Amino acid sequence: MFGLKGDWSLDVKERYFTLEDYCGAEPRWCTGCGDHGILAAVHRVCRDAQLKPEKTVAVSGIGCSSRLPHYMNTYGFHGLHGRALPVACGVKSRRPDLDVWVATGDGDCFSIGAAHWIHAMRYNMDLTLLVFDNGIYGLTKKQTSPTTPLDVPTNTHPSGALLPPLNPLTVTLGITNISFVAQIVDWNAQLRHEVIRMAHAHKGTSFVRIIQRCPVYVESIGKALQDEPARMQLLTHEKGVQVDDSVKRQFPNQAEHDPSDIHAARQLAEDESVLPLGILYHNPDAPRYDLMSSVGLEMTAEEKLAGLNEALDHFAI
Amino acid sequence: MLLENMWAEDPEPKVREQYAEALADFKKRGLIVHELPIQQECLKLVTDPRKGKNMFVLGMLCRIYNRDADKAKEEIAKIFRKKSDKVININHDLFDAGYGFALDNIGYQFSITTAPEDRLESALVMNGNTAAGLGVMAAGIELVSMYPITPATSASHYLADDFPLTGGFVHQAEDEIAAIGFAIGASYAGKTACTITSGPGIALKTEMIGLAVMAEIPLVIINVQRGGPATGLPTKVEQGDLLACIFGAPGDAPKVVLAASTISECFHFVILARKLAESFRTPVLILTDANLATGVQAIERPEATDEWFAPPVDQSKWDENVLPYDWDEKTGLSERPIPGMRGGEYILTGLAHNRNSKIAYDTKSNQEGMDMRSRKLAALAATLKPPEVHGDPEGDLLIVGWGSTIGAIEEAVDLARDAGNKVSSVHLRFLSPMEPGLKTATRLTHHCPVARTGATHSSRTCCGRTRSWILTAGPRSRATRCHPPPSAGSLTKPSNR
Repeated sequence: MFGLKGDWSLDVKERYFTLEDYCGAEPRWCTGCGDHGILAAVHRVCRDAQLKPEKTVAVSGIGCSSRLPHYMNTYGFHGLHGRALPVACGVKSRRPDLDVWVATGDGDCFSIGAAHWIHAMRYNMDLTLLVFDNGIYGLTKKQTSPTTPLDVPTNTHPSGALLPPLNPLTVTLGITNISFVAQIVDWNAQLRHEVIRMAHAHKGTSFVRIIQRCPVYVESIGKALQDEPARMQLLTHEKGVQVDDSVKRQFPNQAEHDPSDIHAARQLAEDESVLPLGILYHNPDAPRYDLMSSVGLEMTAEEKLAGLNEALDHFAI
Repeated sequence: MLLENMWAEDPEPKVREQYAEALADFKKRGLIVHELPIQQECLKLVTDPRKGKNMFVLGMLCRIYNRDADKAKEEIAKIFRKKSDKVININHDLFDAGYGFALDNIGYQFSITTAPEDRLESALVMNGNTAAGLGVMAAGIELVSMYPITPATSASHYLADDFPLTGGFVHQAEDEIAAIGFAIGASYAGKTACTITSGPGIALKTEMIGLAVMAEIPLVIINVQRGGPATGLPTKVEQGDLLACIFGAPGDAPKVVLAASTISECFHFVILARKLAESFRTPVLILTDANLATGVQAIERPEATDEWFAPPVDQSKWDENVLPYDWDEKTGLSERPIPGMRGGEYILTGLAHNRNSKIAYDTKSNQEGMDMRSRKLAALAATLKPPEVHGDPEGDLLIVGWGSTIGAIEEAVDLARDAGNKVSSVHLRFLSPMEPGLKTATRLTHHCPVARTGATHSSRTCCGRTRSWILTAGPRSRATRCHPPPSAGSLTKPSNR
């Protein structure tokens, strides 16, 4: 009837989510801030994966980066400075059904939250961890962060940062039981989207360090890289990130790197003359603490009551 | 009196002199003193009697009090089960030697029979930390997130063994802050969790406790108190965390603080705390201490019921017209959306926020949030009964106590009353909000000291300070405190009655 064949079936999803379904409040980051692009990529990855907004949780600490949950139309947790990871791990521990994202920054993650960074990486729970690394404290107005380059003047070190910056990649790649380590720059849209998509698809803690521009306080950091693309090195491999040729052409410096080779990844991270971009390390088989912590979820009240009585029996006289 | 006589022959003249003095003093008091060569007897079996003298004495006492020696030896073997047979054997030998020594040299015996009516119908024997661990399971809590700290850790050791029976998991975090952060994450996601710690851990968790108050996240925190400040006295008893737990957070952070006074309460208060935490959307602290943590007692076996358990996480559709902080004007209470509830999506924040959980720094929103968080405590206080007075409600002296001091206080009160003194006591379980009726109780008596374990060398100051806190914080915690909101002056300057 009406030209429709009987064996046609329309695959109409009960709910289809558009980008708008993931957009929360209007972002209040500065004009030209790299965070806008990262947010757009997160929205797109959520949309492409058709994540249910009510099943998605964005957890953050404190800082410019950590405003991200407010710009999501999902559940969100904007907690304390440095403490996004323990909270995110706690969410995942007994709610494996939730899709957990963590937005943090160089101060939040590498400084005040450093202990949690090390241990959350080792726990390897299924989280997507985005570190917005602009090399400066932005929200508190231009203090030196662990990744502020040497000699860059800040309000706490007006004649320039005193010590060489911390290398988050060598630290992360030195942690036992890591499973996904990547690095991108905020201003390359396709690379940014593809890496965040892969990070989200990975089952385990995916660490993505995003070199992010802060045009207000340290414009020089991003500009130096943009002016001299040879200082960046695109990592290519069939198991790595796939980008169009047009994107590849933007990187005169490229290297073939197998993401399953941790030794090669560490060597790339140690060479601070160039910034490796793409997937440095990927191991889909690392043990996951979220699978361990969620034991017993299926127990019924009856089983629990029996268990409780058995426990009480242990102390009977 | 049985007295070790090793000091009678001590090479140090001063020690011999003190021993003689003590002996004369005991005799003067009319005690029959048996001077016993315990050290010498033990030397026949071991080279260092400092290790094992207690077993010799245990053997002696077993004979004197007419207890079953075989049972005692079974217990000894159980205690040393993780050590070698050699250790068990030498302890048994010392025990036998003590028993034999008493048999040959001490010519009297006591027989203590246990009155049948004193025996519990179905008793359980455990310490307070184990009881708290069982309470966690009974409350239907699925996650304990902790960092090792004396004297709290044994609760988690226990749970590590038995928690799987009720489907629970112990997370040992990288530090105290991560421990509470992890618990808060699970609680936010609908699985009210518990963190167990002691004073120094509370100090580290303080910012997170403030977050749980501000963002109204249910959470159970057990503080097994030890001596402070700093690392202090890890294995000793002190009730020194009271003020830190009630007031120890930046800003005005009203929260519920309970104090367990018995091992049975260590169990039941966790069940209560989980329910309060969820109903009032707040962190609930339970204070216990090293005394309760390690003290072993027989308690009546609780009649377990699934009504104690947390209900399954609500994943029904959230009414989109209801805001995430839809505070009831009178009580400050609100329902919370839980991740997974469609239509309830909101961004929880530790920043000042309005009913819609949007960051709001304006005066009106901040005042409303402050009022509502405070009002919840007033609402809880309104449901509390006045504490029962142990003794007469009127008299010369009313002793106010909380926590593990209950036995000492009530025994002292009974002794004083038997001697004709008009003494009574009340024991508090709710420290924040305070139980009602204290004002009336204290008005009926002439003096009202507060008994707690703490500041040892200055008990006068300690009592004075605590008394002024009791008398001022009592009325403050009640409805008058925040409903309607009082003027700023009355909050900042407590009267010093």
